Amino acid sequence: MLANFGYGILFITFLVTLYSVFAAIYGESKKMPAMVESARRAMLLTWPLLTLTAGILIYLLVNNHFEVQFVYEVTSRSMPTYLKVTAWWGGQAGSLLFWSWLMSAFASLVTLRKWDRDRELLPWVILVACITMAFFIGMNVFFENPFAQLYQTSTAIEAHTFQPANSILFTPQDGRGLNPLLRHPGMVIHPPMLYLGFVSFVIPYAFAMAALITGRTDDRWIRLTRRWTLWAWLFLSFGLVLGGRWAYDVLGWGGYWGWDPVEIAAFMPWLTGTAFLHSVMIQEKRGMLKHWNMLLIILTYDLVIFGTFLTRSGVLSSVHAFAQSAIGPLFMGFVALTLVSSVGLIIYRWDSLRSETEMTSLLSREALFLLNNLMFISILVVCFWGVIFPLISELFTGQKVTVGPPFYERATGPLFATLMLLMGIAPLSAWGHSTVKTLGQTIWKPTAGAVIVTAIIFATYTRNVYAIIGFFLVAFVILVTLYEYWRGANARQKSQNENIFTSFWNLTGRNRRRYGGYIIHLSMMLMAIGILGIELFQVETQGTVQQGESLSLANYELRYKEIAQWDDLPSGVNYRRAVLDVYQDDQYLGQLVPRIDYYYDSQQNMTIPGQRSTMKDDLYVLLVDWEPASAAGATFKIYVNPLVNWLWLGSLLFLAGIIIAAWPERELEPVIVRANRHVQQTSAAD
Amino acid sequence: MSMIFFPKSKKIITNYCKASLWDQLLLTMLCIFTLAITIATPVFAQDGTPTDDEVNRIAKQLYCPVCESTPLDVCPTEACRQWRDLIREMLARGKSEAEIKQYFVEHYGPQVLNEPPNRLVIYIVPIAAFLLGAFILFRGFQVWRKPITTESGSVKKEAKPVQDPYIAKLEEELKRRN
Repeated sequence: MLANFGYGILFITFLVTLYSVFAAIYGESKKMPAMVESARRAMLLTWPLLTLTAGILIYLLVNNHFEVQFVYEVTSRSMPTYLKVTAWWGGQAGSLLFWSWLMSAFASLVTLRKWDRDRELLPWVILVACITMAFFIGMNVFFENPFAQLYQTSTAIEAHTFQPANSILFTPQDGRGLNPLLRHPGMVIHPPMLYLGFVSFVIPYAFAMAALITGRTDDRWIRLTRRWTLWAWLFLSFGLVLGGRWAYDVLGWGGYWGWDPVEIAAFMPWLTGTAFLHSVMIQEKRGMLKHWNMLLIILTYDLVIFGTFLTRSGVLSSVHAFAQSAIGPLFMGFVALTLVSSVGLIIYRWDSLRSETEMTSLLSREALFLLNNLMFISILVVCFWGVIFPLISELFTGQKVTVGPPFYERATGPLFATLMLLMGIAPLSAWGHSTVKTLGQTIWKPTAGAVIVTAIIFATYTRNVYAIIGFFLVAFVILVTLYEYWRGANARQKSQNENIFTSFWNLTGRNRRRYGGYIIHLSMMLMAIGILGIELFQVETQGTVQQGESLSLANYELRYKEIAQWDDLPSGVNYRRAVLDVYQDDQYLGQLVPRIDYYYDSQQNMTIPGQRSTMKDDLYVLLVDWEPASAAGATFKIYVNPLVNWLWLGSLLFLAGIIIAAWPERELEPVIVRANRHVQQTSAAD
Repeated sequence: MSMIFFPKSKKIITNYCKASLWDQLLLTMLCIFTLAITIATPVFAQDGTPTDDEVNRIAKQLYCPVCESTPLDVCPTEACRQWRDLIREMLARGKSEAEIKQYFVEHYGPQVLNEPPNRLVIYIVPIAAFLLGAFILFRGFQVWRKPITTESGSVKKEAKPVQDPYIAKLEEELKRRN
C-alpha cells in the first residue's frame, strides 16, 4: 500500500518536471512571464515531492518491508537502523532516486536566488535542470522502480509495480542484506559526496546552455556559477578521496586506487572539471577560449551522466550485459542527445564566442593554462580509452581483455609529471606578457631550492629515477607556491605596514580564489608525496606461521600471538581476529589486530586490516587465511606502505584550501551597488 | 679448515693483504655487492614448495577470471585460492612465469592478463590524441597571435561610435573591479 503511494508520488514528480520543461519553453516563446514563474514554482515543488518519496522508501527500509524488492535486496533484519537508512543508495533503483533527490535540492536552491539581473537565463536553466531530472526520475518510474513489490503467481515469484492477475503479495522472512563492503562508515558518506559533486556540476552546465540559447555569450554565466563549480569540485574531489580511504580500510589489498572502471568513471568528470576551473580564468581575465570553456562544461556534464551510469551498472563487464540492461541504451542515448545538442548550440553561436584578445606569449599564464588543459584532456583520453577498450575489443574481435593499472600508470605518469611542472611555472608567469627573462628572474630561486632538496633526498632516501623526478617536482611546486605567498605577503607588509602574519592573513582574505588555489596546489603536492611513496616503495610479504613464530618485512617484525573466533548473533557476523605483536629493530611498538568478518546473510567475507600509521610509513597487515580445525597455522599478508599518510594529510589541507577558495565573498554586492550609483550620478550630471 | 674447500684461499688472502688500501676497499665492495645480489635475488626453497611471495609475484600480474577487476593475488574467494595453489604447484614443477601466464590465458582467455596481449592498439590512441591536441594547440597559438589582431582592432573601431558615456562608465567600473 505504502509502496504504491510512494510510486504514485514519484510518478507525479515525473509529471511535474515535464510540466516545468514545457511551461518554461512555452512561457518564454509566448513572452508570458507568469508561465515561466509557474515553471519555476513547479521546479521548486520537485524537492518536497522527492523528499516525501525518499521518506517513504526509508520508512520501508527501516521497517523491514521485504515485500518491496529493493528493501529485500539491500537490507536484512540484523542490520542496524543507520545502515538501513544508508542502504537507500546501496542499490541501483535507490541510488537513482538519491541522485534525483539531490538534483532537485540543487535546482531548488538555484531558483531561490535573486534572478533580477539574469531573468532571461531563468527559463533555460529550468529547462536544462528539469530535463535532467525528468530523465533520472523517468528511469525510476519506468525501469528501476524502487517500490516494485514481490508477487507470487502460479509459476514464480516476480517483482511488479502493479499486482498481476491471480497473484498474491509475497513477503520473504528476511532480506538479503547489504553487501558488507558497503557497511563501512566510509561508504556511508562516500556516495553522497560523489553524487553531490556529480549533481552540482549540472548547475554550471545549465547556465552555460542558457547563455548559449539566449546568446548572452559574455562571461556572465561563468561569474554566476563560479562558486557552484567550486563547491561541485569540492564534493567530487572529496568523494574521490573518501572512496580511496574506504578502499584502503576495507578492500584489503593494501592500496587506495586500483584503476578500476568504476573509480575512473568518477575520476573523469573531475579531470574535465579541474581543466574547466583553470580555463575559465582565462576567459574572465582575457576574454579568450569561450568555445573551449563551453565544451569543457558540456563534457563534464556528460561524463557525470556517464559516470553515474557506470558506477551503478555492471555494463563494463561485457557488451552483452549492456545490451541486456534496459537502462544502458537509454543512458547512452541521453548522453548522445545532450552532447550533440549542446555542441550544436556552440556551433550555432560560434561567431559570438570569438576571443576578444590575442595570445601574446607562449610563456604567458594563459598559454600555460592551455597546456594544463591539454594534459588534463590527455589524461581523460587515457582513462576513457582504457575503460571502453575492453568493450570495443569484445565487440569487434570477440576477444575479452582487461586493461589494468600498468597501462594507466605508464600512460598517465608523464602527463601528471608535466602537470606538476606547469603547476610550478604558471603561478610565476604573468597574464598577457611573460618572457624567458621575466620568468627566469623569479623562477631561479625556487628551482635552486628544489635542486638542493632533491640532492638531499638522493643522498639520504632513494636513488630511484622516477622517485627523484617526482620529488624534485614536488619540491619545486611547494617552493614556488611558498615563494609566491612570501612575495605577496612581503609586498603587503611594505605597503600596508602590517606584520607578517596579518599580511599573510589579509593576502589570502583579499584574493581567496588565488590563494585558496595555492593551498590546493600545496595539498596536491602532499598527496603526490604519498602517492610516490606507496607506488614506488611499497613492499609486501605473505607467509603462514604458527603461534609464537614471526614474519619480518623491511625493519618490522610481527610475532603471531593469538587468534580467536566468535559469533555475534544479533548482527549476524562471525569474527576471526588475530593478534600480532609488532617490533621495529627489536623494539616493541604495540599490537595489530587484523580480522576477517563473515556476514551470514550475504555470505560474504570482509578482510579488515590491522594498521599502524606514521608519517614515515604504514604497516598494514591482513589475515589471509586461518581454519580453526587445521594445524596449518595462520596466513598473514603484510604491506609496508611508505609515506602514504601524506596522502590523507594532503586531502585535509585540500579541503581547507577549497573552502577558502569557495567561501562567499561579501564585497561582491556592495561593489555592484556602488557601480550603479556611480553610473546614475554621471547620467544625472549629463 | 677452509683450505680443504678452497685450496687457493691462503694465496688470495695474502694477495689481499699485500694490495693497496684502495684495491682492498674495491675488493671488499665487490664482495659485498655480489653477496647483496645473491641475497636479494629470490631463491626457490630447497624443498620445492615455492613461498607465498613467489606465488603472489605472478598472481599480481593476473586477474581473477570470475570476479570483476580483482587482481588474483588479493582476491579473497575460494576459487582464487585454488588458482593461487595452482600457480604454486606449477612453480614447484619448475614452470616459468611466462609458461604459467600462458596456461591461464589458454584456459580462461586473455582477460586474465592485466594488459591486452596486443599492447600497440591500446597505447597508440592516447599517444595519437595527445599529439593531435598538441598540434591543435600549436596551430591555435599561431592563429591567435596573428589574424585576430586585425579583428579585435576592427571591433574596437566599430564599438567606439555606438558607445555612450553611460555604458563606458559602467564598463570602466567593472574593469576596475577585476
